[in-house]
Amino acid sequence: MCGIVGLLVKKPALRESLGALMVPMLIGMTERGPDSAGLAVYTSPVPDRQHKLSLYSGMHAVDWSQLLGSISNEFEQHHEIAVHGNQAVLTTAADADQVVTWLKSHAPLVAVLSVGRSIDLYKDVGAPADIARRYRFAELQGTHLVGHTRMATESAVTPAHAHPFTAGRDFCLVHNGSLSNPHLVRKHLEPLGIEFETDNDTEAACRFFEWRLREGDDLEKAVERGFSQLDGFFTFLMGTDTEMLIVRDAFACKPAVVAETDDYVAIASEFRSLAHLPDIGHATLFEPKPEEIYSWRI
Amino acid sequence: MANLKPLPPAREFDLSRDSLRQVNLYLHKHAVDEGISQIRVQNPDGAHSIACGLDADLDVHIHGHAGYYVAGMNQRASVTVYGNAGPGAAENMMSGRVHVKGFASTAAGASAHGGLLVIDGDASLRCGISLKGGDIVVGGSVGSFSAFMAQAGRIVICGDAEDALGDSLYEAVIYVRGKVRSLGADARFEPMTDNDRAAVRGLLAAAGRSEDPGEFKRVASAKSLYHWHADANQEY
Amino acid sequence: MTGLQLEESAGFDRHTIEYIQRAAASGLYEIRGLGAKRRVPNFDDLLFLAASLSRYPLEGYRERCATKTVLGTRFASKPIELAIPITVAGMSFGALSARVKDALGRAATEVGTSTTTGDGGMTAEERASSKTLVYQCLPSRYGFNPDDVRRADAIEIVIGQGAKPGGGGMLLGQKVNPRVARMRTLPEGVDQRSASRHPDWTGPDDLVIKIKELREITDWEKPIYVKVGATRTFNDVKLAVHAGADVVVVDGMQGGTAATQTVFIEHVGIPTLAALRQAVDALDDLNMRGTVQLVISGGIRSGADVAKALAMGADAVAIGQGVLVALGCNSDAYVMDGKHVSAREDYAALGTAPGFCHHCHTGKCPVGITTQDAQLELRLDPAVGAKRLRNYLKTVNMELTTVARACGKQDVHHLEKEDLVALTVEAAAMAGVPLAGTSWIPGQEPK
Repeated sequence: MCGIVGLLVKKPALRESLGALMVPMLIGMTERGPDSAGLAVYTSPVPDRQHKLSLYSGMHAVDWSQLLGSISNEFEQHHEIAVHGNQAVLTTAADADQVVTWLKSHAPLVAVLSVGRSIDLYKDVGAPADIARRYRFAELQGTHLVGHTRMATESAVTPAHAHPFTAGRDFCLVHNGSLSNPHLVRKHLEPLGIEFETDNDTEAACRFFEWRLREGDDLEKAVERGFSQLDGFFTFLMGTDTEMLIVRDAFACKPAVVAETDDYVAIASEFRSLAHLPDIGHATLFEPKPEEIYSWRI
Repeated sequence: MANLKPLPPAREFDLSRDSLRQVNLYLHKHAVDEGISQIRVQNPDGAHSIACGLDADLDVHIHGHAGYYVAGMNQRASVTVYGNAGPGAAENMMSGRVHVKGFASTAAGASAHGGLLVIDGDASLRCGISLKGGDIVVGGSVGSFSAFMAQAGRIVICGDAEDALGDSLYEAVIYVRGKVRSLGADARFEPMTDNDRAAVRGLLAAAGRSEDPGEFKRVASAKSLYHWHADANQEY
Repeated sequence: MTGLQLEESAGFDRHTIEYIQRAAASGLYEIRGLGAKRRVPNFDDLLFLAASLSRYPLEGYRERCATKTVLGTRFASKPIELAIPITVAGMSFGALSARVKDALGRAATEVGTSTTTGDGGMTAEERASSKTLVYQCLPSRYGFNPDDVRRADAIEIVIGQGAKPGGGGMLLGQKVNPRVARMRTLPEGVDQRSASRHPDWTGPDDLVIKIKELREITDWEKPIYVKVGATRTFNDVKLAVHAGADVVVVDGMQGGTAATQTVFIEHVGIPTLAALRQAVDALDDLNMRGTVQLVISGGIRSGADVAKALAMGADAVAIGQGVLVALGCNSDAYVMDGKHVSAREDYAALGTAPGFCHHCHTGKCPVGITTQDAQLELRLDPAVGAKRLRNYLKTVNMELTTVARACGKQDVHHLEKEDLVALTVEAAAMAGVPLAGTSWIPGQEPK
């Protein structure tokens, strides 16, 4: 019910083409996921002590400049906002958790998609090509990105159910497959103070990793624990501010192909999303083996 | 002066320009009538179901990487992929030959009844799953659950096999040269006979390979799952 | 002086005691045929609101009630055209004898409907006798081949069936005779183990690609059906539509099988009534009603069932067990050389009696239907069977049009949900129709 894409550029000169390289990859995954799409892109980080929050208003009309004004009134620190239609990136020098809490009570129609120093997150309902146009994905710049196209099941195709899911700071996850014990995972995590926004099985995986990272595991260790705790079929593609990581379950029923050159690492559910990348003819192509963690750092 | 045989007439398609439907329709309904037996497909770029459902003595050359189900349900034709193949390469093949020069993704040769599938590189998980009489030769290694529920046919693996090789095997026979991480339920090693070595020699030759048949081990079914009974500790 | 004090426990009733004792003796789960035997909310719990002063009925004969049904209009260039919305469900050669498959085809052709192959491939008999044949593509892929794909009128990709969603096919060794073995590429006499997942795809995103492959192989001519056993039906139907199905077939828990574990039959899957409602809701949600057709199966027995299924939004039904009963399943006699011969002793030998038999898995069908035994299968004469099935299908169709006319419909496909009410709260909730005499649909906000 999904397509996944990932791209990490190794050469700084390519950062300005990150979006342009990715758009055909995302559109190539339309048949796997025609209903909604999402993307997490990692830009150069904001200065120390500042954070970015990706905000999303969905179908609701939100006056972003008014929101900025209210936040600036509440918090004395510096704030900026960059608006892209129903999505906006709020940069704050205040405590990010406090801003998130404030938004929950004062702007309940605004969803906080991500918090971090590098990550910007976009997700919306519609065909991937439309979403790419809407947010001008082709102009995005950064070091790496993780994207997803979705085939919906639940009644209202809501953006909340679209991937990527995020946790903590700069961590995101997309998933192709279906977990069979997501509700048990949620019941285990909620008493530990982990909050869920949806009943989506992918969110259960994301919150599981959020918990493990909170408990001090590094990402690789968290994923290893996941092999026994998360039941079902999965290809997980994850991002942090410095790395991109892919892992498949033991049955490897959900596809993934990796193309690596000196310039980039590109990942997609099907090779046809990679076929148009520069120098693909000389790329090393492979499919990740089951239960092995592959990661690349910027 | 030697009489040079004229090259057989060929037809070329370019999937960056032509549609898949055009290519397959031509292969199904027009190639034979036009007396064309050589077909080249350029820029496959991972397209799915290229040259599937063929049922004639055609020789198809795909220059690049194919997506899922290349040469699916192949009958009589020869299909060569100068690149990698996605999941289900030559699935349900009845006869003919499919040759993947690169690596093949999951379920290569799934439920093939006949013909020969050659993979020069590695095959992924479930190579030869549900095999029903076809032959598969893998130059590299195969992934886990290969030959799962394989009912008939032969699989020659020149490299290694991962876990659960031949799980729930019926009558298909596996010849493996490298290491086997683990055997599946009811699969066991058996001694190689002269017949086995001859079979391996024949299959390798057909695949254009030259490994020594003497280096292969035979894996076949212990046939203890053929009838359900209470004391057998079977798991279903 | 008191007599015997016989106080049965509801939890540990005789049935349960028998089950435990059988397990203790054999060490293996019970395997049997047919569908769920326990009572679940079903079409019997629905009633029609027919004509009176506010609606006017149609007369019979001259005032026609059309039954023509077209399946597979979404993408295929040659959709399936049926004279009646009642089809014969997929049942395998292997489960059934070749003579039965022949009989099914003859009857279906005569009444203008389709039959469906099963988990054993296409027999020459069925292709010859059945004018419209749907060819199943199952996880096992037994006998599946491109020549038959091209010979078929439609392809049905089976993800599961109502009797055992999540389970694979099953055929015990006694039914794996030489011909069955050859068609399925199995050793003779072996207990067949079947896969529960397709070998070369998993999930709706990969089903998209598989459907396209089958379309390419058939040059986009033939409709592609997707069949699911009823579980999370709303989601599954949406995904099947997204994946590109022309027709979705939903098989409720009452659906039959020739052999599977009893625990599957009775405890896995949801009732046909509930599944049908979810399936129609899914199509409505996607605005696909009329574009993607819906076939419902699982315990459809009579014209009343068919009428209710259509009223709830199905385009057609498929009947399996009912068809076999029409041929003689659970009849106390079979016909041989024009004479009725009692089969009671044969039922008794199996430990059962007519009306109670579910022993399809043994291959010893007393009336020669679910058997591969060369002697037993002679008890079903294809011509006699065809005639009986034709009679049954015609009767069901007549009941369907009788009800439809009484509701004022010139076409059975004009039956609508608002023509129905429910007798019980459960049926009202599952079907989404009001409790009779009220406007109450449990779980729904009053409009």
